[in-house]
Amino acid sequence: MRHTSQTRREIFETRQRRRANLLAAGSTAAVLLALVLLVPRAPGWDAVQRAFFDGQIFLDTLPGLARAFVLDVAIFAWCAPLIALLGLAAAIARGIRRPALTPLRLAAIAYIDIFRGLPVILVIYLVGFGIPGLGLPRPWNSPYLWGSVALVLVYSAYVAEVIRSGIESIHECQRAAALSLGLSEAHVMRDVILPQAVRRVVPANMNLLIALQKDVALLSFIGPVEIFRQAGVYKSLLANFTPYVGAALIFLAVTIPATRYADHLLARQQRARS
Amino acid sequence: MGLLDLQGVTKSFGDTPVIRGIDLAIDEGSLTCLIGASGSGKSTLLRIMNLLEPIDEGAVLLDGQDISQPGLDPQPIRQRIGIVFQSYNLFPHMTAAENVMLAPRRIKHLSRAELQAPVTALFDRFGLTDRMDRYPDQLSGGQQQRVAILRALAMQPQIMLFDEITSALDPELVGEVLDVLRQLRDDGMTMVLATHEMGFARALADRVCFLDQGRIAEEGRPAQVFGNPRHERTRAFLHRVL
Ligand SMILES: Nc1ncnc2c1ncn2[C@@H]1O[C@H](COP(=O)(O)OP(=O)(O)OP(=O)(O)O)[C@@H](O)[C@H]1O
Ligand SMILES: [Mg+2]
Repeated sequence: MRHTSQTRREIFETRQRRRANLLAAGSTAAVLLALVLLVPRAPGWDAVQRAFFDGQIFLDTLPGLARAFVLDVAIFAWCAPLIALLGLAAAIARGIRRPALTPLRLAAIAYIDIFRGLPVILVIYLVGFGIPGLGLPRPWNSPYLWGSVALVLVYSAYVAEVIRSGIESIHECQRAAALSLGLSEAHVMRDVILPQAVRRVVPANMNLLIALQKDVALLSFIGPVEIFRQAGVYKSLLANFTPYVGAALIFLAVTIPATRYADHLLARQQRARS
Repeated sequence: MGLLDLQGVTKSFGDTPVIRGIDLAIDEGSLTCLIGASGSGKSTLLRIMNLLEPIDEGAVLLDGQDISQPGLDPQPIRQRIGIVFQSYNLFPHMTAAENVMLAPRRIKHLSRAELQAPVTALFDRFGLTDRMDRYPDQLSGGQQQRVAILRALAMQPQIMLFDEITSALDPELVGEVLDVLRQLRDDGMTMVLATHEMGFARALADRVCFLDQGRIAEEGRPAQVFGNPRHERTRAFLHRVL
């Protein structure tokens, strides 16, 4: 309908947009073309191509990699809800004001500081090798179990910090209004502060979830044959690095859409707030 | 002795004295207006009455019971004293009706179903029936402020405190909120109102208190305070705002 009655301004803007799109497409094509033409002329290209971009090996190993990735997804899937719970609990404990519960608050602060301050891989080594090293019977010596515990410990600390920032972003007036009705501190937190705080930090937590999905691959260092480990197995077997490229593509297929979605949520939230 | 009695109340924030010895008796069914310059302590005084601020010296009595003593559980007291703020402070993640139902649900353990009829009646009375299921950001400022009043009324308090509840509103929305106050006054509600609406105070207050630097510099019937202020500072203040 509107096309028939475009204003002069709309016609102008459409033309500008079209020109911008053409320019973008043209410059992108030029850069790609330069890469395609120039990279193969590098002295080591033939060797690199054979080692990393072997089409046949790619196709042969992709199904096996995808099967191994299911384990990554599974580890992610059981860690994520635990992280949400522990992170929320730590965030609440961190903000407790009642003097009698100060030890809980101090414990939460110590926990968050320690696990935010350590490299993930270090925690995975310490927990993943250390605790089974106590000589526990099966299944209590499983690297899946303790590797997951390590991820949950680290990521809950991050999530707790994010939720705490959300809690602190809720204006003091909301607390005063809720208290003035005669609600208890617990109800004020549960019914008024937390629902708003958690909503506000959904995008930040989405980004943590994406980081978690990637860090599941670190568990390969303590045993589980997930996709990164599986790619290593193929590499040794076939003396070729192409499986790593396949693994990278599988990760990207998950993380890029998830990142885009998180960005979309964030943008929508910022629009709503302004 | 009034329903609410303030006796020699003082309050400092750090080294800054904000309330410097206030005696005030709020009679049952009366409308008391607090007027005074910005920073004179009106909001602080109301927050003290609602136990949102602890006091340093003196006492606050509700029905003869000292509610200001340290260590007292403030929750049951706050349920008997409602307060409405300048900035509405509705809970943005709940509809208007849910805002009003929250306290009775949590404190009196009533279900949504049990509350549906009385809350609907409350919305009806103040002309907000068609706004019950809206979220705060879908309401005008005047409607939000009226819902905030309903939220405080839902616990059926004995006293209602209002802190400049029309100051954040566009002028054309002030009237609908003041109408609610008129209605409450006609119901015999005991009210304390910090306000810059001198016209309203003059027309409806039983008593006007002029606060100056944390003290009640002058108080009396509105005709006397507005028409024939005794105190030089009251005169200067009224001269500035009228
Ligand atoms: N939480 C606080 N911490 C420190 N000082 C405060 C606090 N709340 C209020 N004050 C100070 O106490 C004094 C009285 O403030 P109050 O808000 O009670 O005044 P008011 O009469 O309500 O003013 P207004 O008309 O601007 O609302 C002011 O000087 C203010 O800066
Ligand atoms: Mg004030």
